[in-house]
Amino acid sequence: MRGLNFDVAHLLAGSLVLVSFVQLYQDRLYALLNIYALHALVLALSVAWQAFAQDAPHLYVTAIIALVFKAIVIPVVLHRIIVRLGIHREIEKVVGVGPAMLLGIGLVALSMVVMLRVTADADPLAREDLAFALSVVLLGLLMMVTRRNAVSQVVGFMSLENGLVLAATGAKGMPLVVEISVAFSVLIAFIVIGIFLFRIRERFDSVDLQALDRFRGERR
Amino acid sequence: MKFDPVSFVLLIPAAAAALLALLPGYRITAQLNVLAALLTFAMALSLYFFGVPKAGPYLLVDDLNKVFIVLTTFVGFTTSAFSASYIGHEIDIGRLTPTFVRFYHAMYQILMFGMNLALIANNIGLMWVAIELATLTTVLMVGIYRTHEALEAAWKYFILGSVGIALALFGTILVYMAARPAIGEGLPAMEWTNLLVHAAGFDPALLNVAFVFLLLGYGTKVGLAPLHAWLPDAHAEGPTPISAVLSGLLLNVALYALLRFKMLLAANPAAIAPGPLMVTMGLISLVFASFMLYRRRDIKRMFAYSSIEHMGIITFAFGMGGPLANFAGLLHMTMHSLTKSAIFFAVGHISQIKSTQQIADMGGLTVTNPVLGWGLVLGVVAIAGLPPLGIFMSEFLVVSSTFAREPWLALVLVAGILIGLGGLFLRLNTIAFGEPRGPIAQAQASYVPMFAHLALVLVAGVYLPPALVSGFENVAKLLR
Repeated sequence: MRGLNFDVAHLLAGSLVLVSFVQLYQDRLYALLNIYALHALVLALSVAWQAFAQDAPHLYVTAIIALVFKAIVIPVVLHRIIVRLGIHREIEKVVGVGPAMLLGIGLVALSMVVMLRVTADADPLAREDLAFALSVVLLGLLMMVTRRNAVSQVVGFMSLENGLVLAATGAKGMPLVVEISVAFSVLIAFIVIGIFLFRIRERFDSVDLQALDRFRGERR
Repeated sequence: MKFDPVSFVLLIPAAAAALLALLPGYRITAQLNVLAALLTFAMALSLYFFGVPKAGPYLLVDDLNKVFIVLTTFVGFTTSAFSASYIGHEIDIGRLTPTFVRFYHAMYQILMFGMNLALIANNIGLMWVAIELATLTTVLMVGIYRTHEALEAAWKYFILGSVGIALALFGTILVYMAARPAIGEGLPAMEWTNLLVHAAGFDPALLNVAFVFLLLGYGTKVGLAPLHAWLPDAHAEGPTPISAVLSGLLLNVALYALLRFKMLLAANPAAIAPGPLMVTMGLISLVFASFMLYRRRDIKRMFAYSSIEHMGIITFAFGMGGPLANFAGLLHMTMHSLTKSAIFFAVGHISQIKSTQQIADMGGLTVTNPVLGWGLVLGVVAIAGLPPLGIFMSEFLVVSSTFAREPWLALVLVAGILIGLGGLFLRLNTIAFGEPRGPIAQAQASYVPMFAHLALVLVAGVYLPPALVSGFENVAKLLR
């Protein structure tokens, strides 16, 4: 069944991985948020295509949630937060761009090797989707560990969730319960994060996690 | 309509959460909290008497989760009783405002709801959602004091917890992918009851990868080293009742999820054996946490490491598998929940009296506060695994069943337990005996929950009722 369906799904899932890479080397919060919006947009397109290809109308709901909530609402709100906090400066990084990209390539290669090998019997569409989804998840994780700033860690976490949604929609016929719950959990997670950011702002006048590290209970 | 305890176990906490969020006045809400927890416990207990309803597409009650549900609701009830006196003191000294207390009580019931749902769920997706809900509520409760340390702990817990939970979801999706060819699309391919029946027909390679993700994901929530980094901070900085619930219950719930998936792999002959992975992680956690006990200066942090140690032992026992080791693991889990929450009850009152958590600033408790001091001593003696208390028996069972099969592993196990014992007694000596240090005051405490737990542990160490033994044996056979 390597027809148009496969090609388009492949293209969109591949683009998602590409956008994940683009996220990895952004060193300004503003640009990072814009790229995240693009990430969510590509996800929405990919999910919508799956809905069309699998003839599963309930997936359109997931696509709309991704489009409205993740691509529009969250980036706008985060923009406002970082302006209010006055932190649209450069992002401090633990690892430089070069090593981060190399690590990212390594992770993508790893997920290809693992997922393509174990899903040899599954249909090609699901296979590729799953391999790409794992790449996006791992790249999101990489972003979380290479960033020190709370906002960019949150962005890393959200792109990781995007990878999970890609995986869930790629698994044919997976019940709606799960997609909605994923979206819902992102919502809850976001509220939690919002509260946290405000509290952190309230207490430290900074959302840099290095400032948090000073308050470890053990080292007095 | 027929009496249906299963839905009450879920409905009571949910309704109580809504009610407690609306009601002002902490004295009434604290008592309501206790009442709701008691009712939930009664419902859970009645599962044993009213027979088990047939498994539906979403809910399932069997021998395995009945044990977990009863344990969870019982410790939830006693902790709510402890929490009432603890929170009263926090309000008196102005550490918490009434608004936050209202929020706290509502969250407590949502947490109970989340844990019960995770245990009862028949659907792997629903179970995942419930564990995420429980995690998020505890994140909020850990950060409730809003100090620098509490916020850092909550943030760390949130980030590590959500990464763990994300990995677990990926594993869940993979399990669905593996089940789909054998069961067909849609809901049935996510139900435990179906999954277990058809497990032999799943693609083994996919199932293997899924288990690795699930082990890393839920293993983070269990607090297995090296994924434990959130656990000591979360225990140390949150309110003490939450430390008790985290150690005594939430870790168990995550472990329960792992056990279910382990059963799935065990039912598929071509898949890897999940045991060795769990044995390795369990041993690493045990030895690592035992050494870490020596360097602790914060009392709650120390007992958090002790929880990692015991979760390591329990994971090890379940990883060994077989009727005897599973029985030992189950018994150890029960004993650990009871003992560790009793210790946290004592620790909560102690740190309130001394208004610090630093071990160096407390001392001579057996002289100044004999009831509390000796209660703590008894709890630590129990948790260190000395006879005649319950943990001695369960640890003895774990060790002896391991010696029969893998003597070398048993040596590591015994070494880890002994190292941990040394660390605990070193600190206990400072806290409980010697010159009194720090402020001296009598606690306005309710000692009933603490001594009720310790009495149960003592009784279990001397005599196990045959009904309990046969119940645990059934579950142990179910687990393979």
